Amino acid sequence: MALCSVMMNEMYDEERIGELLRALPPAPEAWVEAASRLPATRRAIDQIAALAATDAELRREVLADLEGALQRAGLAPDPVLVAVLRDRL
Amino acid sequence: MPAINSITDAGLVARCRTGDDAAWEELVRRFSRYVLAIAQQGFRMSRDDAEDVFQEVFARTYERLGDLRSDDAVRPWIAQLTRRLCIDRIRAGAREVLDPEVAEREVDETLERLDEALAVREALEAMPEACREILDRFFCRDESYAVIGRLLGLPAGTIASRISRCLAKLRQQLEGREWPSAPS
Repeated sequence: MALCSVMMNEMYDEERIGELLRALPPAPEAWVEAASRLPATRRAIDQIAALAATDAELRREVLADLEGALQRAGLAPDPVLVAVLRDRL
Repeated sequence: MPAINSITDAGLVARCRTGDDAAWEELVRRFSRYVLAIAQQGFRMSRDDAEDVFQEVFARTYERLGDLRSDDAVRPWIAQLTRRLCIDRIRAGAREVLDPEVAEREVDETLERLDEALAVREALEAMPEACREILDRFFCRDESYAVIGRLLGLPAGTIASRISRCLAKLRQQLEGREWPSAPS
């Protein structure tokens, strides 16, 4: 371990640290935000699915307009969410 | 209770499983750069394809956190998932020019470098805010001295010396870390 530690320390001159920092630029904020909202998004989908499970008419309406159902729940009707909702129904 | 950004990966995964939204947000923040770098540097993906892979990685991570055998293994697990989704994407897209098998070979080397970069990033996260911000802006966001100076309210002339001091501190921080032994 000691030898390994010495070797690692020698590798970390400041130029190398700079290179390694540059290797991880930030992801676009909108991507990170969308991924961060996943739990809330999935809860909203669960809620639509739960309501549709108890109301056949509502289920038909949701299936006929998945994008609209997502929008009414305050979600962006992107294809991934549409597919998730369709699966849940 | 420790600040959420200082919780270990395993601790974070455990909290995500309990439905802690703040822990999930931190998990996304902690690995977002890593996932993007694998897609773009490892597999040379376009921005659009990288975005699709990025969202899919986190969607599957969210759905499958319960399947993780060891909470400590979340980083290699995310790396493997990203890699698999990139390969699927390349195979599915006729417009892609990169041979998936060539890409897989090349990505091993990139992944090794990105793992190292993630360790440096972790050390950066443990630094005081002032150093963290200036190093992130200069190295990761590629901002000029003039832009950093304007944003931080510092004369551009002092930015270089501040970066240098912060880099030296980061180096000290890295020197104090315990590194895993190389396999014998």
